[in-house]
Amino acid sequence: MFENFDAVVLARAQFAFTMSFHIIFPAFSIGLASYLAVLEALWLWTKREVYINLFNYWLKIFAIAFGMGVVSGIVMSYQFGTNWSAFSDKTGPVLGPLMAYEVLTAFFLEAGFLGVMLFGLERVGHKLHFVATLMVAIGTLISAFWILSANSWMQTPAGYAINADGQFVATDWLKLIFNPSFPYRLVHMVLAAYLTTALVVGAVGAFHLMRDSHKSGPRVMFSMAMWMATIVAPLQIFAGDQHGINTLEHQPAKVMAMEGHYQSHPEGAPLILFGLPDQDAAVVRYALQIPKLSSLILKHALDAPLAGLDTVPRENWPPVPVTFWSFRIMVGIGFLMLGLGLFSLWTRWRGTLFSSRLLHGYALVMGPAGFVAVLAGWVTTETGRQPFTVFGLLRTTDSVSPLAAPAVGSSLIAFIIVYFAVFIAGAVYILRLMKQPPHHGEQGPRGDTPARAAGITPAPAAIASRRFN
Amino acid sequence: MGLGVDVDLATVWAFIIAFAVFVYVVMDGFDLGLGMLFPLFPKKADRDVMMNSVAPVWDGNETWLVLGGGGLFAAFPLAYAVLMPALYTPMIIMLLGLVFRGVAFEFRWRTQRERNRWDIAFAGGSLLATFAQGVALGAMLQGVHVEGRAYAGGWWDWLTPFSILTGLALVTGYSLLGATWLVMKTEGELRDEAYRLSWWLLIAMLIAIGAVSIATPFLNFEYAQRWFAWPNVLATAPVPIAVAGVTVLLLRALANRQDYRPFFLSLTLFALAYAGLGISMWPYIVPRSITIWQAAAPENSQIFMLVGVAILVPIILIYTAWAYWVFRGKVNAESGYH
Repeated sequence: MFENFDAVVLARAQFAFTMSFHIIFPAFSIGLASYLAVLEALWLWTKREVYINLFNYWLKIFAIAFGMGVVSGIVMSYQFGTNWSAFSDKTGPVLGPLMAYEVLTAFFLEAGFLGVMLFGLERVGHKLHFVATLMVAIGTLISAFWILSANSWMQTPAGYAINADGQFVATDWLKLIFNPSFPYRLVHMVLAAYLTTALVVGAVGAFHLMRDSHKSGPRVMFSMAMWMATIVAPLQIFAGDQHGINTLEHQPAKVMAMEGHYQSHPEGAPLILFGLPDQDAAVVRYALQIPKLSSLILKHALDAPLAGLDTVPRENWPPVPVTFWSFRIMVGIGFLMLGLGLFSLWTRWRGTLFSSRLLHGYALVMGPAGFVAVLAGWVTTETGRQPFTVFGLLRTTDSVSPLAAPAVGSSLIAFIIVYFAVFIAGAVYILRLMKQPPHHGEQGPRGDTPARAAGITPAPAAIASRRFN
Repeated sequence: MGLGVDVDLATVWAFIIAFAVFVYVVMDGFDLGLGMLFPLFPKKADRDVMMNSVAPVWDGNETWLVLGGGGLFAAFPLAYAVLMPALYTPMIIMLLGLVFRGVAFEFRWRTQRERNRWDIAFAGGSLLATFAQGVALGAMLQGVHVEGRAYAGGWWDWLTPFSILTGLALVTGYSLLGATWLVMKTEGELRDEAYRLSWWLLIAMLIAIGAVSIATPFLNFEYAQRWFAWPNVLATAPVPIAVAGVTVLLLRALANRQDYRPFFLSLTLFALAYAGLGISMWPYIVPRSITIWQAAAPENSQIFMLVGVAILVPIILIYTAWAYWVFRGKVNAESGYH
């Protein structure tokens, strides 16, 4: 098996597969950790029981999602070496320190305080417990900072030189960390994580409101989620636009692929809404397009010339069809999010936020949309920088490990089997938790059987009664 | 070849990576070991207690593995680039094992019907990960085929009787750590059983240490020179002598049922075995192919990270210790921690 496969293709498939599975969990847990910190803060501040119920409800879900993120993340930290050893040798001196800082400043912080966050509410006191929750939330954001800096450096390298061994070495760490695309990517991804979480929370709230629109838990979570969508969706569209303009400056070929511009347009480029890019013929077939709109969006002028892939050597072309379509999926979902936010604002003003079946149905359907958008966005940016791992400097084909195809193929199969078995089970357990509405006296991750309540509370009403004392 | 150590950046980093890996072994060793002992404790209540005794800290424990890997990538990228393909299969197996056992920590509590399945995943994953780590260690010690700046061997080179031996040795070693952890953290019948197991596992581990120690010098002449040639023997002889001393103390602690001592003495045994390993490997990071100086990242990369390590590792150790302190004491089925 696999003798006739290309080891490079298999290694790319393996990275794409393990990375795609992994990114789902941080995309959710970055937002959820912050949401939990907000809920706990509201509980400490207002003493309203609904907030601690919601906190414990989402904490159980967080525990599962975070665990899956950790184990799939450990895989990622070794993937560079196992499958991309030539890349590791060359980029280790610049990317290694960024990842080491991620471990030191983020992973340890999250992991160190996670135990207390999950199991320690009654062991350390409420204020200290809140500090633990805050540390976990901050840790997830610091983690995003470093890993997006590393990824951005691969897209828009800066602050480096190349030594005699062919390794990249740092000449200016600040320039290297804050490379040109990093601020845009960081903002875009963190907002994406917040939106993803808001959509999940909103969908769960909507699901329970459709059954009973009077319960306080679903009402509070739904309202909070809709505020988030209303405020963040437009910000995200703006941030995405700015990110695109930055990409045009530093990775023009990627934008050409996203736009489907095989040809240059010296007098204003059209915005191709849909079409079938044909890479071999270098044309977009059946294109439905609006004249000059692409120039307006990217250059803020209708007649601004835009170069196409015909100005780029063919061996440096990214695969246009994948980039083109994944970009449209992401943008389409982005506008659906904006629609949800505006719709919820309208119903809020009309006083039907908790009774509009149409809104609840819309929110429910949008539940998984954030994950799809995040994946589509990453597919866009990662295929769009092909055929390079370090853009313009190191080719993907020169980055792989000296491994035979059967080795890479076998491990790919193993990852596929294990990931599907394990993460589908995890998704089922999470959905099962979501199916129950948050209860009065909701308990944390180990509170479901009183016999082994590791510190949270021994009996269902204990938290409530303790609070009202 | 002597044992003289000149302090330079690469040396400092070699000790930092060695420290991270050792902290990993100290911390994750017992929780992997506890997983492997799961099949010997069929009662659900016992398993609940066992798992809850590590649930609040396992994630932090595994982070040291990420630091070891990430640190190697950053400080010795060439070694990372050569070793990972060389140890490809054991590494992948270890990662998959860690996936199974890691998710079991939460999945297990979310289902009645499938609980047994996740218990098997927890035990099996722990066993796979441990065995693979031991095999990887053996495969590294026996040396890998390097040409230029890359691994040049096949993808089954790691599999030898020696690497199987080191795999089994680590399984017994982590199991001993797991058993003595249970002695420290539990009570009643569960603790009695853990005491019984500790005896057998200690004997097994001593045999394993002996077998690996005897086999290693035969792998190549340099290892033998390092250990037995005059005057090196003056520096190396204390290691086996100390192992004998610690073993006596450990046997006494088990006999006198001093709950806390066996775990820490077992860790001391690990530290000694680890020191022995360091003596064998020094100054190679890929044995007999690449030294720490050849693999070292440029100075400015190592200095940049050194600042972070010097400031952050002490802080990390403090809040990690705090987390252990919060969940200190015995765990039992009635009230979790008390």
